[in-house]
Amino acid sequence: MSDQLHRPAHPREAVFLSKSQPLDSRDVERAVRRMAHEVVERNQDIDRLIVIGLQTGGVSFAQSLADVLEEIGDTTVARGVLDVAFYRDDLALRPISPSAATSIDVDLTDRTVLLVDDVLYTGRTIRAALNALSDWGRPRAVQLAVMVDRGHRELPIRPDYVGKNLPTSRDEAIVATMDGVQIGTWSTS
Amino acid sequence: MITSIKGENLLTLADVSRNAILEVLDTAEAFVEVNQRSIKKVPTLKGRVVASLFFEESTRTRLSFETAAKRLSADVLSLAVASSSVKKGESLRDTITTIDALGIDAVVLRHQSSGAPMQVSRIVPHVRVINAGDGQNQHPTQGLLDVFSVRQVLAERANTTGVESGASLFEGLNVLIVGDIRHSRVARSDIAAYAALGATVRVAAPGTLLPTDLEGWPVEVVTNLDEALAGADVVGVLRLQKERGTGHLVPSLDEFTRFYGLTQERVKLLRPTAIITHPGPMNRGVEIDSLVADMPAAIIERQVSNGVPIRMAVLYLTIAGSSNQGAISV
Repeated sequence: MSDQLHRPAHPREAVFLSKSQPLDSRDVERAVRRMAHEVVERNQDIDRLIVIGLQTGGVSFAQSLADVLEEIGDTTVARGVLDVAFYRDDLALRPISPSAATSIDVDLTDRTVLLVDDVLYTGRTIRAALNALSDWGRPRAVQLAVMVDRGHRELPIRPDYVGKNLPTSRDEAIVATMDGVQIGTWSTS
Repeated sequence: MITSIKGENLLTLADVSRNAILEVLDTAEAFVEVNQRSIKKVPTLKGRVVASLFFEESTRTRLSFETAAKRLSADVLSLAVASSSVKKGESLRDTITTIDALGIDAVVLRHQSSGAPMQVSRIVPHVRVINAGDGQNQHPTQGLLDVFSVRQVLAERANTTGVESGASLFEGLNVLIVGDIRHSRVARSDIAAYAALGATVRVAAPGTLLPTDLEGWPVEVVTNLDEALAGADVVGVLRLQKERGTGHLVPSLDEFTRFYGLTQERVKLLRPTAIITHPGPMNRGVEIDSLVADMPAAIIERQVSNGVPIRMAVLYLTIAGSSNQGAISV
């Protein structure tokens, strides 16, 4: 959802024109697997971890990441979904799409939260997510995993785990799913 | 036809499209989740000011609007009309311009005169106006929360969610609205909302409590109430509005109850799956029997608790959807 600033008012009517595909589905899968290993390396106690995907683009990555973490750690990993629409500072600037709901069933106090999103861009989604998390308790630590870091940060935020660094220009758009990562533009015509 | 209330006023449901209604219902689903959190507050409308102006008494509508605004972190200016300059004879125009001078983003208005919210929207075009009930005209948020509550019940039964079902659960749904249609703004908003979502709407009332001109209403008038009850999926019972002068239109309350009240005998005619709604406040023993009101089929409490998420959705869409900081939509 980080690249939505560049999406037109009615994303459903817009067509994504792909120019290049830096990562295919196998690259994405490998990147998720590598990030999971890095997460395990940094967090001894992954039982205390909760993996939270950001609506809507981060959810599928969070699921895959949690699946791999469970496989490596041979344990169950808590999961959640967070929609930050109500916490944004640029409401009037973007299309309203809040019907993707939040679901966090545990108290976050003293747990380590792993936030997962598809694309890290300005950092404003993550700022909103950090504000939102405080409504569910006081986590011991918050870490950030993103599939793509495309630069152009407007806030002092950096990711802990990155699938791929992709320097882009502001008028390009990025679509990252488990099927691959594509660079292109949104067209309304 | 209004296709979305984003950044718009909400004055009536009469010219609101199906998609605009679904947008409110789906947004409200997200706010239901917020209302289940231990911290039931989001910073969405921080720094925005909502004036709550109730020129007519109300408990649930005013409290749920103010609760909704506060859960969105908006500041609420609440005007108690009884102790304000309105009592000294100040006009609606002067009251509105005075409050506007304090700097407000939205007005929630309840007024005894039909059309007052429309008038206010012309006086302060830069302020979003939300109709919280005007005379005998409209009560849009009540209509929205009624269809929202019915969709919720139907979705639970069909093992799906409201958002997923869209308007599909209203297809072929038989809605019967009984009682004082003539004086009821709730009936006018309910009829518009149900009809927009694709339901069939029938109304039943003594001839004196039917509007004089039903032309253009998407409804069918029922003459045999008992037959209509047997075929109804939803029965919307309306309050007999003694304060709007039903007295001379109904020979006696007992007679109204006998012929049009939802009594225990009449409830036996209903399908086992039928849903009963009432906008409150109830005249127990007049339009609805006290025991009937407390049956599981009656979703009156659910309607009240859905008032907050629906009003959060309306405030969110109308206020946050407007770019009063000079920002442009991208």
